[in-house]
Amino acid sequence: MSLSPAAGIGFKPQHFDDVMRCHADGLWLEVHPENYMVDGGPRLAMLDALAERFPLSLHGVSLSLAAAALPDAVHLQRLRRLIDRVQPALVSEHMAWSTWAGRYVPDLLPFPRTHEALAHLVRNVVHTQERLGRRVSLENPSHYLVLDGHDWSETDFLAELVRRSGCGLLLDINNVYVSSHNLGADPVAYLDAFPLRAVTEIHLAGHAADDTDPTLLIDSHDAPIMDAVWSLYRHVVSRGTSLPTLIERDGDVPAFANLLAERGRAQTLLETVGMAA
Amino acid sequence: MSALARFQDDFADALYDERAFAPVDQAAFAIYRNTAMRACLDALEANYPAVVCLVGRDWFRAAAALHASQSPPRDGRLFTYGDDFPDFIGTFPPASDMPYLGDVARLDRLWVESLVAADASVLDAATMTTLGPDGIAALRLRVHPATRTFAAASPAVTIWQASRAGVAVGADLVWQPEYAIVTRGHLEVGVAAVEAPVLRFLEAIAEGVSLADAALSTVAIHPDARIDLILASLLNAGAFAT
Repeated sequence: MSLSPAAGIGFKPQHFDDVMRCHADGLWLEVHPENYMVDGGPRLAMLDALAERFPLSLHGVSLSLAAAALPDAVHLQRLRRLIDRVQPALVSEHMAWSTWAGRYVPDLLPFPRTHEALAHLVRNVVHTQERLGRRVSLENPSHYLVLDGHDWSETDFLAELVRRSGCGLLLDINNVYVSSHNLGADPVAYLDAFPLRAVTEIHLAGHAADDTDPTLLIDSHDAPIMDAVWSLYRHVVSRGTSLPTLIERDGDVPAFANLLAERGRAQTLLETVGMAA
Repeated sequence: MSALARFQDDFADALYDERAFAPVDQAAFAIYRNTAMRACLDALEANYPAVVCLVGRDWFRAAAALHASQSPPRDGRLFTYGDDFPDFIGTFPPASDMPYLGDVARLDRLWVESLVAADASVLDAATMTTLGPDGIAALRLRVHPATRTFAAASPAVTIWQASRAGVAVGADLVWQPEYAIVTRGHLEVGVAAVEAPVLRFLEAIAEGVSLADAALSTVAIHPDARIDLILASLLNAGAFAT
């Protein structure tokens, strides 16, 4: 199934019955493939049922594409099997690393954007696309740390990654907001420099202030999308970038109806502002 | 070694213990430490719900944090995380007054294993009755990929079932070994307390012997075992695949 530029929702198993009853026009769903890399059982049956009714997006969190090593071969095989099984409209991952020296750190870790890091990333993305037999899109990260040693701005780095690997991009607007806040940058300038033509999907999510240092924002996905993020989204859409847009929610997950209402807001923006642009 | 590899080494080490690495001096580094640890604890909590129920969430997360720092995840599929947690919690000195805890954790683990195991059609009793007695005796049954056996020196099955149901264990709890089979007959994982002969019989079948030989080896140890009833109960639970 292909994806029209409509709004989707991050799927949570507790919403399964509501989702299957939902007939919202253009609704699509995103899942983390790691949760469905099983041999069988009810989880896979649930994903099969979703795939029959809705376009799916597989959004990986653990391929560790920004590591100085190729992604795990077994993990890639499992991902390939899942792709063959549910035929997702979109496949994406993060511009981050998480697996290193046999250890999996369940987080999306940063790195200095050096020429060397770009070479590793390009190699890993090309390898992944070959193994999966399709293009993947990479998501711009949330930043908390000021790292030394960058050779590239992030937007130039992403543009060059696209040019060399042929990958797509996933523009997470909440990450842009959080990173700009934490690093003292201008989110609008970042968006204006972003290689929008390579973007295949947009993410919207909520964030929160850090408990110990409230001057830092955390990409927590545990709250409704903030107005500041909505206005950046409107900025992107009004520039003619009408793209599949996901409402992400991972913590304090509300009733499905609440997420559907947030999704409706994105859908309306796509239909009104996007069409007019 | 490449500069990126060195950066990753330093960063990963600094996540798990204090050491000299420039970004650690920034308050923001703690966000990575906290996020990674929280994800480990959330995964262990999700994978060991009966243990959480028995010890309480705060106690569990404190113990799980120790385990996570000694035994960090190795696989991006966090539902597999904590395969050595039952051994850890079973020998965890502060849990020495709960000698059943490691057994309960093992049963939680088998539940997850059964949940994610491969699919197969369940062999039902009706299929069996189409075979004559001789046919049945010679039959080598295939144990369903989602079937697991469990044996404990403690009454861990009773305690596990009470925890999963969210009720207190009755005052009539008898301290004795308990056994269970875990099956996923119809997409739902079930845990059934069984007697020792059932386990012996199922394990013999899993070794690949015929039903007749499995029966003989069971009766050799448990002379009073009613093989007909045992076989019926196992078929009913969906323990075998076609």
